Amino acid sequence: MDRVILEKTDERGSSLWQDAWVKLRKNRLALWGLAVLVILCVVSLLTPWIAPYGYEEQDLILGATPPSAEHWLGTDIFGRDMLTRIMYGGRVSLTVGFIATGVALIIGVLWGAIAGFAGGRVDAVMMRIVDILYALPFMIFIVLLMVVFGRNIFLLFFAIGAVEWLTMARIVRGQVMALRKQEFVEAAYSLGLSQWIIIRRHIIPNTLGPVIVYTTLTIPSVMLLEAFLSFLGLGIQPPQSSWGLLISYGVETMEEFPWLLIFPGLTLSLTLFALNFLGDGLRDALDPRTSKD
Amino acid sequence: MFRFAINRLLQAIPVLLVVISITFLLVHSAPGGPFSADKAVPPEVLKALEAQYKLDQPLWQQYVGYLNDVLHGDFGPSFKYPGRTVNELIASGLPATAELAFYAMLVALFIGASAGVVAATRPNTLQDYLPMSAAMLGICMPSFLLGPLLVLVFGIHLEWVPVSGWGDSAGDKILPAITLGTGYAAYIARLSRGGMLEVLSQDYIRTARAKGLPESLIIAKHALRGGLIPVIAFIGPAFAGLLGGSFVVETIFQIPGLGRFYVQAAFNRDYTMILGTTIFFATLIIVFNLLSDMLAIWLNPKLRQEARGDH
Amino acid sequence: MDYHSMSGQQSTAKSLPARTFHALCLAALLLVVSGCGGGESNVSLGNRTGTLHWGNGTEPQSLDPHIATGVPEHHIITSLMEGLVLKDSTTLAPIPGVAESWDVSDDGRVYTFHLRQNARWSNGDPHIAQDYVWSWWRALQPALGNLYAYMYYSINNAQEYYEGTITDFDQVGVKALDDYTLQVTLENPTPYFLQLLDHYSLFPVHQATVEKFGTADERGTRWTYEGNIVTNGPFQLLEWQINSRVVVERNPFYWDAENVGLNKIIFYPTENAVSEERMFRSGQLHYTNDVPTDKIPVYRNEGNPSLRVAPYLGSYFYRINTNVPHLQDKRVRRALAMAIDREQITEHILQAGQMPTYALTPPGTMGYYPKSDLTFDPEAAKQLLAEAGYPNGEGFPVTEILYNTNESHRKVAVAIQQMWNKYLNIEIKLLNQEWKVYLDSESAGQYTISRASWIGDYVDPNSFLDLFLCNGGNNRTGWCNAEYDRLILDVAPKMKSHEERLAVFQEAETLLLDAMPMIPIYIYTSKHLMNSSVKNHNGNLLDQTTFKELTLESDSSDSTGGNH
Repeated sequence: MDRVILEKTDERGSSLWQDAWVKLRKNRLALWGLAVLVILCVVSLLTPWIAPYGYEEQDLILGATPPSAEHWLGTDIFGRDMLTRIMYGGRVSLTVGFIATGVALIIGVLWGAIAGFAGGRVDAVMMRIVDILYALPFMIFIVLLMVVFGRNIFLLFFAIGAVEWLTMARIVRGQVMALRKQEFVEAAYSLGLSQWIIIRRHIIPNTLGPVIVYTTLTIPSVMLLEAFLSFLGLGIQPPQSSWGLLISYGVETMEEFPWLLIFPGLTLSLTLFALNFLGDGLRDALDPRTSKD
Repeated sequence: MFRFAINRLLQAIPVLLVVISITFLLVHSAPGGPFSADKAVPPEVLKALEAQYKLDQPLWQQYVGYLNDVLHGDFGPSFKYPGRTVNELIASGLPATAELAFYAMLVALFIGASAGVVAATRPNTLQDYLPMSAAMLGICMPSFLLGPLLVLVFGIHLEWVPVSGWGDSAGDKILPAITLGTGYAAYIARLSRGGMLEVLSQDYIRTARAKGLPESLIIAKHALRGGLIPVIAFIGPAFAGLLGGSFVVETIFQIPGLGRFYVQAAFNRDYTMILGTTIFFATLIIVFNLLSDMLAIWLNPKLRQEARGDH
Repeated sequence: MDYHSMSGQQSTAKSLPARTFHALCLAALLLVVSGCGGGESNVSLGNRTGTLHWGNGTEPQSLDPHIATGVPEHHIITSLMEGLVLKDSTTLAPIPGVAESWDVSDDGRVYTFHLRQNARWSNGDPHIAQDYVWSWWRALQPALGNLYAYMYYSINNAQEYYEGTITDFDQVGVKALDDYTLQVTLENPTPYFLQLLDHYSLFPVHQATVEKFGTADERGTRWTYEGNIVTNGPFQLLEWQINSRVVVERNPFYWDAENVGLNKIIFYPTENAVSEERMFRSGQLHYTNDVPTDKIPVYRNEGNPSLRVAPYLGSYFYRINTNVPHLQDKRVRRALAMAIDREQITEHILQAGQMPTYALTPPGTMGYYPKSDLTFDPEAAKQLLAEAGYPNGEGFPVTEILYNTNESHRKVAVAIQQMWNKYLNIEIKLLNQEWKVYLDSESAGQYTISRASWIGDYVDPNSFLDLFLCNGGNNRTGWCNAEYDRLILDVAPKMKSHEERLAVFQEAETLLLDAMPMIPIYIYTSKHLMNSSVKNHNGNLLDQTTFKELTLESDSSDSTGGNH
């Protein structure tokens, strides 16, 4: 039985990504997810040219109004067009979501994989560092960062990435340690394959599943963390906004002006569903054990 | 396993020391002191206050003094609440937070793991999409949104449960537990689905199926064990996080828990309180990460051997 | 190999987990349902038992009247303790408290208080004049860290004693002539002195209790805790659960105990106004500390009588850092002040009846109505800015508005940012800082324009105008005018008549408004929700509540407010 898997994973190896693309194309939901994400990104990129209003344009006398012909998604209490604000907010949220998650992904996966693979003392030290970072008072850390480096959007990515990679590292490490003891990996060792080849051919493909799942979970929490930090004064400043901030303002008035919550909420949900379906599709497509479909 | 645990607990000592040192530095270098206020504080008052809390000593002396106190189990007086000790404040917040954490974790595990397993048994069918979409909604739904929504529906319109409080009236613990548990349930659902799918395609499951064992037995006896490993890696820090308290949920529902102390201490620059809660929190993380690692080892026989051998 | 091979076993695969799942859903539902069944609300229960449920904002920092500083502390402390003089709950005129009467000397400098013979501490101890001498001595010990020590400065030699230039407390103008007569000598005739006596920083504390738990000037002893504290007010402390509740009950030894209308008050630390409003709506509170801005129009449109909005002795303004080069020119500062449409802000953003203002002191403060030549005039503002060298805003540096993290500060700043951009064509950035960082930046002068506010400690223009003295710790703008200092410090206190005194304040305020180191924006209102079962609650300018007067009526228990 071990031999079967060994042969299979070996012959596949290099064509992992081509295979995956072929399989992904068959997954209709995943393609829809991809399409929605691409559309959202394109809209965000073009927002300054296609937004119906300026994002800071106020009309205090108009105030908060429900959706109408002039303002498709209504206006907020300053009389600002919600569609415009959601479009501009998407620029911030998508950038933060992708970049901060990317940072967390890279650090977390590398850290976890090295710790899990090396084991022993290296693992102990690396994981204790993770423990330390988990425990530090995050808010004080943020306030200090803000004071030392001033406010800028890259600091925001850094701060968010700095906390989000920890759980990722733990998950990857657990997965790698479990894999290391699997028959096919041990067999690969006994065949004299080099460590790098084992990592590339066996460990990475087999950890991708949980990593992708966790990544799709991280993006929304990153977007919400951004709202929290911006609220504290780090990150973006009004009149700029993001989906997370629009939602947290919307919550305050959800009984009076529900559209201020519903539309940013729907946009965020749509994005997350798209990400989720794409993530699941990718997970299935990259799963080595489904390759002989 | 025993030696593994002892080993890890020994490692905890330097970890805690580093946490204390870094936090001490962070706290003392953060802008805004514990006594700054809206109305200007006269210099003589400031001096008296700083002398009383030993803030006029050189930093290293304060640090040594603090370490000494901590060794004796004394986290010092709170700067914000004169007369209250940090030990006392933590002790006052812990019961509510621990109880809430426990209920929330129950909610999260029951809903999350069962939804994940149900979804994994029939992937890419309605039975998969429905619980997973619900899980996704649970993730998008931050507690600052879910809490008020639940309160409006069940507290104000239906009048089934109290809108706030903790142990004051019947049923006031239900909404906070659900609010706090849902976010975690969503994570657990996704992680357990992934883990289960992974395991269900393993050889030993195939073997079990080939032997003709009923699928329910395969899942319950063989697959769950491995399938929940990613969940367990997640639960450790998650539960520690829950015990650190949830500021948002505690504020929405007026719960006298640790989360409010933790966040308020940072806002108030209540140095001893920040340090005390951080040390407490760090200890929790170390213990729960250890427990979750031990559970992972116990669930995975191969790692069990290694733990016996290496450590 | 892959999960498609499972299809043959789907039927069995479904059964167990699916069944478990359904069972769990059912269990969860039962859990929810079992919790219902209502029960009586706090409010209707409280109306029957005479228990008031009070939303109090935050957890009290301390109940020691010589340490506490905040409004939440104020509510609890005034229910527990009482000063020589009380204020009428509507007019705020002084009325007898522990002192049943008092005489004032002709020069207005010597007050003689006659204490009630039947005044008692809550443990039954007699309450005598010597208690005040000791308590005030304690309040002036620097080691105690009393932030309100300046409330004593109108008393002869109190400031000198506090600052250490005098070490003998006998020289301070407080004397117990006998057990029931207290004589206070002031530095200058101070028209608002009687008002100060109702501020908790001048309340007496029980010497034996304080000394039982530590030395007199020791900060943070346990004397204020439940079971320990002894007080002289209408209520006594029953329970203090951190972050959960403070409960006070009727004090049988209080001199006016028979006229106290409530049996108990429960103070809740309701930090979040939105949560608090929901608690009120579901009948958990009689009274809220605040009302969320967005809820005010809703209550108002319903005509809901629960909404209580009243003018409040507080001023909201922007400080200008006059050391910043482009803001050194007063024409620029005045141009900025003239280009704010305050009506729009109060009417459409704040919506709680706040009053646009063009001066620092709230109008009607002790009969003082400040005159101001400031108006909303974008054209004149533009011209002024041009005269200062920035025609049509050209060349005007990007200017930052600093505010501390808060929903309503954000809204005002966003609106002003837009107004200045629209009327003056200048670029404004917003900078939002966490509270302590903001305090640091502001007091270190590391800001350009900063959001600020001031709530009067007592009803007198002095409480506002002494803010901008050259060396005032609360000035923070770098603006300094010797003539202004002279008017406030030397001229006004010596004035014989009230009218003359007000004229001096007007003169000073005119100087301030001409230089414009601060931009007045609006006058606060206090906003609360109050259940209609609460009777005898009168709104006043200081937003103070006289707890002993309140009563609860049980008939109207269910009128919490409409549904919306």
